[in-house]
Parts: sequence; C-alpha cells; structure tokens
Amino acid sequence: MKTKHRKLSLTVRFFDGSKGYFAAALAASLATTVLNALMPQIFRFSIDSVLGQSGFAFLSGHLWILALLLVGVAALSGISQYICRANTAMAGENFAKNMRDALFVHVQKLPMRWHDRNQTGDIIQRCTSDVEVIRNFVVTQLLEVFRTVFLAGTSLAMMLSMHVKLSMAVLSFIPVVVVYSAVFYRLIARRFIDADEAEGELSTVVQENATGVRVVRAFGREKFEMDRFREKNETFARLWIRLGTLSGVYWGVGDLITGFQVATVIVLGAAEAVRGNITVGEFVAFASYNTTLVWPIRGLGRILSDMSKAGVSFERVDYIIRAEEEAYGKAYKNGDAGESFDITFDHVNFAYSAEHAGGEKPLPQEAEAGAGSYGQVLSDLHFTIPQGQTFGILGGTGSGKTTIIQLLTRLYELREGQGSIRIGERDIRDIPLEELRKCVGMVLQEPFLYSRTIRENIAACAPDASMDEIRRVAKIACIDEAVMNFPDGYETLVGERGVTLSGGQRQRVAIARMLLQDAPILVFDDSLSAVDSQTDSLIRKALGEYMKDATVILISHRITTLMGADQILVLNHGRIEETGSHQELIRKDGIYRKIYDIQMNQDDRACLDAGANAVMRENIHAESGIHVEAGTKTEQGTRVEAGTKMEPGTCVEAGTKTEPGISVVSDIESGNETGGVSHGSL
Amino acid sequence: MAAYEEQEYHKPFSLRTWGKMLPFFKPYKKYFAITMGFNVFLAAVDVATPLFQSYAIDHFITPGKLEGLWRFALVYGLVIVFQTVCVYLSVHAAITIEMNLGRDLKWAQFEHLQMLSFSYYNTTPVGYIHARVMSDTLRIATMVAWGLVDMLWALIYVASVFAVMFFLNVRLALIILLIVPCIAVLTVYFQNKILHWNRKVRKINSQITSAYNEGITGVRTSKSMGIEKENEEAFFKRTSEMRQAASRSAKLNAVYIPAVLLFSSAAAAAVLAQGGHMVQEKAMGLGTLSVFLSYAVIIFEPIQQLARLLADLISCQANIERVTDLLEQKPNVADREDVIRKYGDSFHPKKENWERIKGDIVFEDVSFMYPDGKEYVLEHFNLHVPAGMNVAIVGETGAGKSTLVNLMGRFFEPTSGRILIDGVDYRERSQLWLHSQMGYVLQNPHLFSGTVRENIRYGRLSAADAEIEAAAESVSADEVVKKLEKGYESDVGESGGRLSTGEKQLISFARAILADPAIFVLDEATSSIDTQTEQLIQQATARLLKGHTSFIIAHRLSTIRQADLILVVKDGKVIERGTHRELLEKKGYYYELYSRQFEEEASVRVFEGATGNR
Repeated sequence: MKTKHRKLSLTVRFFDGSKGYFAAALAASLATTVLNALMPQIFRFSIDSVLGQSGFAFLSGHLWILALLLVGVAALSGISQYICRANTAMAGENFAKNMRDALFVHVQKLPMRWHDRNQTGDIIQRCTSDVEVIRNFVVTQLLEVFRTVFLAGTSLAMMLSMHVKLSMAVLSFIPVVVVYSAVFYRLIARRFIDADEAEGELSTVVQENATGVRVVRAFGREKFEMDRFREKNETFARLWIRLGTLSGVYWGVGDLITGFQVATVIVLGAAEAVRGNITVGEFVAFASYNTTLVWPIRGLGRILSDMSKAGVSFERVDYIIRAEEEAYGKAYKNGDAGESFDITFDHVNFAYSAEHAGGEKPLPQEAEAGAGSYGQVLSDLHFTIPQGQTFGILGGTGSGKTTIIQLLTRLYELREGQGSIRIGERDIRDIPLEELRKCVGMVLQEPFLYSRTIRENIAACAPDASMDEIRRVAKIACIDEAVMNFPDGYETLVGERGVTLSGGQRQRVAIARMLLQDAPILVFDDSLSAVDSQTDSLIRKALGEYMKDATVILISHRITTLMGADQILVLNHGRIEETGSHQELIRKDGIYRKIYDIQMNQDDRACLDAGANAVMRENIHAESGIHVEAGTKTEQGTRVEAGTKMEPGTCVEAGTKTEPGISVVSDIESGNETGGVSHGSL
Repeated sequence: MAAYEEQEYHKPFSLRTWGKMLPFFKPYKKYFAITMGFNVFLAAVDVATPLFQSYAIDHFITPGKLEGLWRFALVYGLVIVFQTVCVYLSVHAAITIEMNLGRDLKWAQFEHLQMLSFSYYNTTPVGYIHARVMSDTLRIATMVAWGLVDMLWALIYVASVFAVMFFLNVRLALIILLIVPCIAVLTVYFQNKILHWNRKVRKINSQITSAYNEGITGVRTSKSMGIEKENEEAFFKRTSEMRQAASRSAKLNAVYIPAVLLFSSAAAAAVLAQGGHMVQEKAMGLGTLSVFLSYAVIIFEPIQQLARLLADLISCQANIERVTDLLEQKPNVADREDVIRKYGDSFHPKKENWERIKGDIVFEDVSFMYPDGKEYVLEHFNLHVPAGMNVAIVGETGAGKSTLVNLMGRFFEPTSGRILIDGVDYRERSQLWLHSQMGYVLQNPHLFSGTVRENIRYGRLSAADAEIEAAAESVSADEVVKKLEKGYESDVGESGGRLSTGEKQLISFARAILADPAIFVLDEATSSIDTQTEQLIQQATARLLKGHTSFIIAHRLSTIRQADLILVVKDGKVIERGTHRELLEKKGYYYELYSRQFEEEASVRVFEGATGNR
C-alpha cells in the first residue's frame, strides 16, 4: 500500500507542468468517444428516414444533409482526436523529460558511497530503458485505459437505450472475454518469462564470444563455442515457437468468442427486427456499437500486463530517486569569503564502509567492489597546512593518501567521532559543498576527460574563458604544442568519437583544466606519473611560478616531485610515519631517506649487475638490522617456500602478511635471483 | 553500445538484396505455403463477414420473415469456426518461419564470426556485432514471417473488397476507389516526415545515453570541480531537444490518423448520399447499402497497413544488408586448401596429423602493416626465440606492444617475410594447430558465464575434476576458490563479473596451465590489484613461464627482469632490444621507462617493508 502511495506521489511529481496537457487530452478523449458514438446514430437515422418509417420526408429527399452531418461529425471527431493525441504526446514527453532531468540531477548529487556500490551499466539501464517503459505506459496505455472505459460506457449506454434484451445478450459475453483474456495473459506471461530468459542467455553467449574472441581462438575452442551457441539458439527458437503457438491459440479463440458475439447480435437482432421490436437502422447501429465495444475490451488484457511491467520499471527508477543526496549546504555566505585557507586535519580517523549508501538492498556486485577496502584507512591523522605552503605527501599503495583529498573535498564525509577537517576557522562540514569544492582544484592520476572538445575540457570550470587564457594554461601544462598538432587543434573531440589521448596527455589536459579553475588550494594526486621526467620538471617549473600564492598539495611516490615542498608528510597505512622538510627528513634516516637513496642512486645502481634489488635490499636490511643472505635461495622455484620456511624472527619484513609465503622481501630476492640466472644463461 | 551510431540506409527497393536471403527461406517453403494459403482464406472470410449483416437485412428484416434464420446462424457460426482455425494455423506457420529463419540466420552469422580475423574484431565494436546477430536477424525474420504475410492478406483483402463492391454496385465502388489514391499520397507524405523525426529521436536518444554514461563515470571529477550545474544545463538542452523531436513525431501522427479517418468518413458520407438515393429508387437493397457503409469505414485500415508495410520492407533491407555484409566478410587469416586437407579446419580438426610444438620461433625478415593502417609498424624484423626462452615486451600504454604477439599467434599474418615455428612457416600448418598449443592469458582476463570449474576446463575440455583442481592449486587460484561460497561450483557471473580482475587473472592462469601449451602469451594486468592477490599472481606467473617459450607484455619489473630478452616498443615499433642489463647500460628509452617504473615500485616496497617493522 505504501509503495502504491509512493508511485502515485512520484507520478504526480513528474506530471508537473503537464497536468494541463493531460486534462486536455482526457477531455478530448471523452469528446472523441461521444462524437464517435454519434456516427452509428447517423447511420441509423439515415437508414430509418430513407425507409420513411420515422416520417422525415424532408430529409429523405435531401440525403446530402445527412452526408454533410456525417462528415461534420467526423471532422469534429478528427479534431478532438488530434487534440487528444497531441496533448497526450506532450504530456508524455514532458513527463519523460522531467523524469530524465530529475534522474540526471539526482545522480550527479548522490554521494560517492552510492556510486561505489552501483554499477554504471545498471544505473544507465534504469535511467534509459526503464524510463522509456514508463513513458510508453503514460503516453499510450494510461489514456487507453480511460478511453476504453469511456468507449465501453457510451457504447453500452447507446445499446441499452435502443434495446435492453439485446444489450443483455451482448453484456453476457463481456465477462467471458475479460476472464479469458486475463487467464491467457497469465499463461502467456509465464511462457514469456522463459522465452525472455532464453533470449538473454543467447545474447550473453554472443556477447561473451565477441568480447572473448581472443580466448576462444587462443584455445582453439571455435567448435565448443558453436555447440554452445547451437544449443542456446535451439532452445531460444523452440521456446518462442511455443509462446507464439500459444498466442495463436489465444488470438484464434479470441476471434472465435468475438465472432460469436457479433453473430449473436446479428441473428438475434434480425429476429427482433423482424418482430418489429427494433428498426433496421437500430439494428445496423447496434451491430456497429457492438464492434466498438468488443475490441477495447480484448485490449484490456494487454494493458493489464503492460501495467505490471511499468510498475516494475517504476520500482527500478525509484531505487535511484529514493537514495539520499549529498548535503550541499546553504548558499554562499558573503561574510565567509577572504578568510585564511589554512588546512587543518584534526585527529581524523576514517574507514570506508558499506552503510549509508542510500539504497535499501546492497547490490550483489557491491560485495567485491570494495573488497579489502573497508578496513581502517586513516588513523589519527593530525596536521596543518598553512596557507600558501607547498605540502608533499609520500605514501605507498593503500596508504590512504588519496582518501585525504577525498575527505578534504567531502567526496566522502567524516562522521561524528571521526575527527574534523578545517579550512581557516571553519569546519568543512559548515562550508557549502559547492564553495568548498570550487576552492580545491585537483588533478587525479587517471583524470577523467569529458567527451567534448579539448577546449571545452580545459574550460570545464570556466566556460567563459577566452582562447588566450586557455592556451596560456595549456602552455603551462606543456600540452599546447601537442594540441596544436591535431588537425582540429583545440576543437579536437576527446574520447569515443574523437582522438584517444595518451595517459600523459590526459594528465596534462587535466592540469590545464585545474589551472583555469583558479582555486586557492591545488592538489596534484600522482598527476604527473605518466609524464616523462623531463616534461615533468618543465611543468613543475612553470607551475611553480604560476601558483605562487596557492596552497599546493603534492601526492607522489617520486622524491624529485616532492623534494621542493615546504613540508612533506610520509603516510604509511593511514598513519603519519614522519613529517618535515626534505632536509629534515633526509637527516632523520627514516623511510623517506631510504626511498630517496634508492631513487637518487638509480644511475649507479642500475649499471651494477642485476641492479636495483641489491641496493634496495641492502638499504632495507641495513635499516631494519636484518640480514638475509641471497644464498638462502638456490632456485627460483623455491622462492615461495623459502619465504614460508623462514623463522618469524629472521623475516620481519614478511611479518606484516598474515598469509605465509607472501612476502615482499622474498619477492625482491626472487627477482634478483632469476634475473641473475637468466643473465647467466644468455 | 548505444553510442555507436548506425549508419542510415536510404536505398530504393532492391531485389538483389532480398535475393540473397532466398537460400535461407528455402527450407520453409511448406510453411510459407501454409501461412499464405490460410491468409487468402482469412482475407476472404474477413471480406465476407459484413455480407452476413446485409443478408440478414435483405432476406429477413426487409421481407419481415424468420424462415431460414437458423440455417443462416449455423452457416455464420461455421464460418467463424473456420476463421479461427485459419488464424491459428497461419499464426503457427508464421511463428515457425520467424523463429526458424531467425535461428538459421543467427547460426550462419555466428559460424562465420568464428572464422573472421582479429582485424575485424579490432575495428568493429562488440555492440555492433551483437546487434548483427541478435537484432538484425530478428527484424528480418519478423518482417519476412509477418510482414510479407500481412501484406499478402492486405492485398487480397483490398482486392476482394473491391471485387465484391464492383460486383454489388459499380457507381458506389468507384466513389470509394477514388479516395484510395488520396489516402496513399497522404500516407507516404506523413510516413516520410514521421520517419525523419523518428531518426532524430533515435539520435538524441543515444546522446542522452552517452550523457548519462559520462555523468556517472565522471561523477567524481564533476563533483570535485563543482560543475554539476553546467553538466545539468547541457543535459537539459538535450532532453528539451528530445521532447521537441518526439512531440513533433507524435503530433504528425496525431494529424495523420484523424486525416485518414476523415477521408474514410467522407467516403462513407458520399456512399450514404448516393446509395440512399439508389435505395429510395429501389435500384439497390438496403442491405447492400449497409455493406458499403461498412466497407467504406474498414477498407482504409488495410490500405494504411500496406503503405506502412511497404516502408518497413524497404527499411528492413538495411538489416539484410548488414547481415549479408557480415556474412560476406572475408577472414584476413585463412588456412590454405592443402593445409585444411591435411590438418582439418577449425570445426573438424584432424589431430592425428598434428605435430607437437617445441616452441622455437623465428621472425624472418618480417614486415607488417595493419590491414586498416597506413604505415609499416614492423620493417624487416628478425628475431629468434629458442624453445623455452622468455621474451618481455615493454612500452607505454598504446605503444603497440601487442603487434608482435598478434603476429606470433597468427591472429595477423606478416605482410611480407615469414614466421617459422619449429623451423616451418606457420602458414604450412592450420591455425587451430597453433592455437591449440598456445596458452593465452590476457591483461583483462575474459571468463565466460558459468562455474569456476567450467571456466578452468575451457583450457582442456577432457580434463578430469582432479586435474582442474591441481591446475588451480599450482597457480594458487585455489585461494580464490576457497573464498567463494560454492567453491569450484560457484557461478562467476556474466563475463566473470562477480570476481575481481586479480581473481579472474588467477582463474585464467589455471585455465592456461591446464591446457599445458608449448608457447605462452601473457598480457600482464596494469590495473591496481590488492597486494595479496598481486603476490599470488607474481608467483603464478613465474610458475607459468617456467620451461615454456613465452611472450609477455610486461608491466611489472619482476617479470621484466626475469625475461631472457626484452623488446622495447615505442610508437608501434621495436626500438630497442636486449637483456635488462644491456638496455640499462644503453641509457636509452628503456632506461627512462624503467626508472619511472622503478621509482614507483621502490617506494611501494619500502613502505611494505616499513610496515613489517611495525
């Protein structure tokens, strides 16, 4: 009952702005029905007056008047029919537009947590196909229901007014038709589900065969695939033939029943006319009302089944509508502007969790989407970035560095008891979302570009930017030259229908885009990882001049990128490992120093035998005071076992892993060992 | 999928195109005969029905007697029963044709797809292929089974109605005939306009789908830049266009249908005026007049239907062209006649003649250009890979690393030069021979719907359960299996969608191990995989490559360093080759690539190590 109520209130909401159309359509539909009901009356009248029974001698001499009347009524009916159809269409299209718009706006505003849980394809399906089903229902079926009722009502009224007994004979068929239609629709619906599933399975085989063509060929499984396809194809054809045959029975028997009904009217009507109970004209009119009554009633069965389909679609769309939007907060308050932009993380603890995602039921795919990511991500993070500083964050995979930024921009919200983040004196939860996000510009490692032109992409945040401004930021991001080399220059389309940019180019376009945003806080999240080191330093130099006043947060694993920062935070599994300037951290001799040594000494080390690992291992081992002899491993094949067999004490590095044998150190060793072996064999 | 725009066909009716479908129609001659035959009956019955009313008026009501009414009722009843039987039989025949024809067309295409080369798959979106096999065939089958039959029915119906009318009264028949061309012109005019707007609607619709896609996949970026408003406005513009185009089409329809009805009422009115006089002058029975009135109203339905069907028939030609296009695609890689005779084709292999591959591979003066490319990506390339050697191919994303692998696996053939396997040009052997002895593990591993067990068994169909489990254990895929509720019998979902990329990779390793091929091709995953699975995969990789000739499109340093030979690819060309050490000493492009990769992995490892201290 509650869901019915909800459907109704949603329908009302989407009908906003088209109630007038709908009312006009309804009125016109009613008018059409009445006008159409007049037609048989004209026939009846003409037949009777032509025969001279009712004594309209004048008319029987001037039949053209009746003919004109007929055309006149038909024209009126045509006009009202047009009004009805046109208004229905407007109502339906408006309804669909409202629905599409509402969904788009809503989906944009749903929190990231919700997006994490739901698959893109599924959401799109709901926003397109399901909306289409509902639109179809509103445009065609909903009015059809009213029309059927009107039509049946007027026809019956007309018939009853002419001859009650004959009308009863007609009426007695109606329950038969209705029950029969309903029963058959159920039967057909059941077979339809089977057939539909078979179609889905067949479709999957085709889809998977085409996407997996490499696997099929590589394993030489063409025959196997064909056998599988043949089986599904046969089942599909068989089930549909079965369904079609049943429909054949349905239509055949339906024709039989209505045929008998028409025959009954004619036979009984003829008898009544002979007895003089009705006139010939009435007989003809009666027969014609009967036909207008029979068809819509047969159509009712179909409408009922469509209605349940639309109901399902409605439910699927409502799944999205129901989800709760982000709290965007109050509009911009003037007094707040111009404050300081110091960023403070105050004892922040954070874990991604499945709750609060908005939907009622978790989707099946959700279970794996966040596999392993629901643990504690940030623990007691406490630091301040003074305005105008350049702040570096160094961290490994899963250290939570990206989470810091997502929290800062409230893509994910901190909840009570998880600490707080402040910009200036204000808790970010008190800053309206739009304002907050506009003042943090960021470039992600794998930036998203819109399938628009390069110019539109760069100007995404500043649609009014002039070409000069766009080229200026593009030059800073070292992308101008590459863009000018495209035949269409800045008007080149990106994505599906345009050019495919390389990872480095995408990152640089994203940097240009961010520069144009002109935000006081800039974040670079591993955003030059796909750019070669020369271009990297060029960009950094250009950026350095450009962003003098901005607060800059650099996230990277490349020391050269971070070393110029005023302050560097080393983040390790959600905890602050160490902080300080480059010089301080070097002196500290911690993780930062180790990474620095490895990365800076690369040249020398690379030319040494099997390179990197030896030094790296020494570094690690020197630090942890553990010495693992390369000699412990003899063959590459024993690598895994060697890791597991090590005494807990001797292999502290492996200690983090709960699973035996999965140890970073042992892996590095094996890399070295096999490297050595293979070199020897060459 | 929706974003892939179909080209529109504007071609006139062509018998040649339809002729290509004839072989597919042939097996169903009998059913065609049945459905057409019964439709002729049906049309006749439909024409006859109004005659009953006229008979009743002229024979019972006007003379005022009831004699023979029961016989009349009986005949009427029998005709109705006959009609029911006709409906059922013709529907049954039509559905049989539709589904069987559809099945045959699907089958022919699927079979052909199994033989087409990779170049076809590289240039054709999966959605397009899918639509060819599923939707186009359905439309053709539906059109042929129902459309042609309906057309026949309508033609016969119209013809017989006019025949009856001319038989009953020539003058009235002529009045109705006069209006037919008007309706035809009206229909053609409106259909064209409506079609135009409908195309527009379809186009905007696919734009809306793309917009949703972008709105959802780019939600993080849009949110962080705070440009939701701008996106919304762009979207609203599209939906407004949609509303306009869709209502235009609907309004045209709204004019068209009443207009046709108006014509039919005009015809009825003319018949009424004219026929009324005739009845008064006793030149015609009242019953006949009522028949004409009925015909005047219903004749337009089949005429409209004919016009619509004709338009459908022509647009269906586009479907036929798409299907025949696919069927006429020639595979770029095909086995020679004599090779097929000796080794069998893909569906009937003669395994008894197959030689076991040792895995010695030679590229001999190979030049190669992609079929759709403009320049050579390989020129006079020479390479010898002795059996058991591991070759790593490195380079940036999109640099063309898979070219060599595609050539080696004969998914493409060299434009000039030869590739020898165990000393013999691989074109001397069948494709299946090579593919059956080659293991292929993809970066984005592809699994099929079904259970884990079924997926592993794909590597060797005859494998026993124990062998499958052993294969899984040998690459630690059993770690994945253990986590699944039903173990090996767990459903992996469509395209393996219920598993993560890393898990899919492990399963696909097991599949490859089970096949136990002489040559391995491995495309390492680039996407970030959680550390644990990553470790499992690295171990499995080493296990996989041991003792096999292998080509690895490598992304991990550990794999690269293990390789016996590294080929460095840039802009589609092999620009450096050598061992890890040689390449580093060269300080060239590899050095640059390596350093970047190294920095990243180094810090990751130090962090992992540091955590260990905690």
